[in-house]
Formats: sequence, structure tokens, C-alpha cells
Amino acid sequence: MTAQADDELWSAIADPSRRRVLDLLVNHGEVSASWLAGHVSFSRQAVSKHLAVLEQAGLVSRRKQGREVLYQVQAGRLDQAARAMADLAAQWDRRLATIKRLAEAAHAEAKKSERPSTPVGS
Amino acid sequence: MADLVIEREVLIEAPAEVVWRTITEPDQMSQWFADRVELVVEPGAHGYMQFGDQGGPVVVEAVDPPARFSFRWNHPRGEEPVAGNSMLVEFTLTPEGHERTRLRVSESGHELRDWPDAEKQRYADEHQGGWAEYLDRLVSVLAKRRSG
Repeated sequence: MTAQADDELWSAIADPSRRRVLDLLVNHGEVSASWLAGHVSFSRQAVSKHLAVLEQAGLVSRRKQGREVLYQVQAGRLDQAARAMADLAAQWDRRLATIKRLAEAAHAEAKKSERPSTPVGS
Repeated sequence: MADLVIEREVLIEAPAEVVWRTITEPDQMSQWFADRVELVVEPGAHGYMQFGDQGGPVVVEAVDPPARFSFRWNHPRGEEPVAGNSMLVEFTLTPEGHERTRLRVSESGHELRDWPDAEKQRYADEHQGGWAEYLDRLVSVLAKRRSG
């Protein structure tokens, strides 16, 4: 994923109300915006706005069925997002492992130079 | 309330003071974080971090040696990092026994100030493990629903 696509994805997921919409879509499959509006505490208008952002981020797709527009989660994109998130966690794990190595080496070094057997002022 | 993205921790065989220097001194930070770090570790201080050919501003938030250190950044966008447009990285150091320190890091961000606090709290509670856990859960719910 490019940095910009990442950014779009994270800001799409960052909003709690969009996560609520995503939760509903994951749990209920293909549904309409009106159905979603009946299951959330915010307006029909807000639902449409959130769906547009989720669609832009590739997390949601829509199709027309008769007079209705139905929305559903894009499983591939969701998988991709989960993997990107796991990568971010792994990145922090690597940073923490480096911090651990550096701090433990610095501590061992400090202890060595503190040893009484070390000649003073040499 | 910040929206928790990620939380990780590690146990280090060194006193908190040593770990503190490793995470806060710019020449040390450049070994585990950015390629180049220009930073004065003082609350409110503005610095700069370079990652490969990209870089951006960083603003120090909390400096409480040797227990807590946090900064805001919004790599790769490059605007001035403030609450609402940036990620908050927070380190917490907890001594555990003799010369041993538990180091926790959390990255959170994009506070949504237009959202009612109760709702934010509810979601923070539901998604305590951060986004990785949240997304994993969604993926598994979806997989289960499709196979069922």
C-alpha cells in the first residue's frame, strides 16, 4: 500500500462511528443505508457520509438492487488493513527489541566500569 | 480521549534511568527510531525526524524522567502536529524488581473532538487491544459468516 492509501485507510477506521458502520456491515452482510441508519445513534445523512468515506478507502462497496442501494464490506481490503496493522505492531516490536538491546548493553558497560577491580585514574 | 491504535511492551534487564536515556537521547533515538533525530527533550519543544527520504516535525509532550515520555508526530503529512491531526507516541517505564524495567509504548491519535465523550469511551472500551485486534476480530467474524 502507498502512504496515501494508508492514510485514507487509517482515517477511515479512526472514526468510531465509521467503525460502528463497519461492525454492522461485517455482522449483517449486504444492507442498505436506511437499514444502517435504523441501527445507529446518528442521522441517515451521517450514515451516508461515513459510507462514502469507507467506500473511498476501499473498505466498502455498493451495488444497486431494484430501487435500493446495498452496501457490503470488501473482505480483501479488510484483510489487507488487518495485515498492515499487524505490520505496524511488528515495527514497534522491532523498535522495542532494539531499545532493549541498547539499554542492556549500556547497563552492562556501566556495570563493568563500576567494578572495584578497575584501576582508578588509569 | 485518544483513539488507541497500538500498544506493545518489553521487559528490559536494566534500570529505568538507563532505559530512559536510550529512549530520549537523540543519538540513541536515531538507532531505534528515525534515521536522524533533532530534538530537545523538553515539554513543548519542536524537533524534526528524518525517515529515509521523508521527514517531519515532532513535538514533545510529556517529559517525566524516568517514568513517562511522549511526543506527537504525524509522519508523513508534515503539518504541525497537534491534537486531532497527529499520532501520540507515549512511553511508560515501570521498574520491576532489581535493575529490571517494563517499557510500554502506545501509539494513538486522531482524537475526534466532535464525538460525544460517552460514545468515545464506549468504543475505547470495546477496542482496548488497539486496531490490530479490532481488525483481526472483524476479519474473523467475516470469515465465519461466509463459511456458515
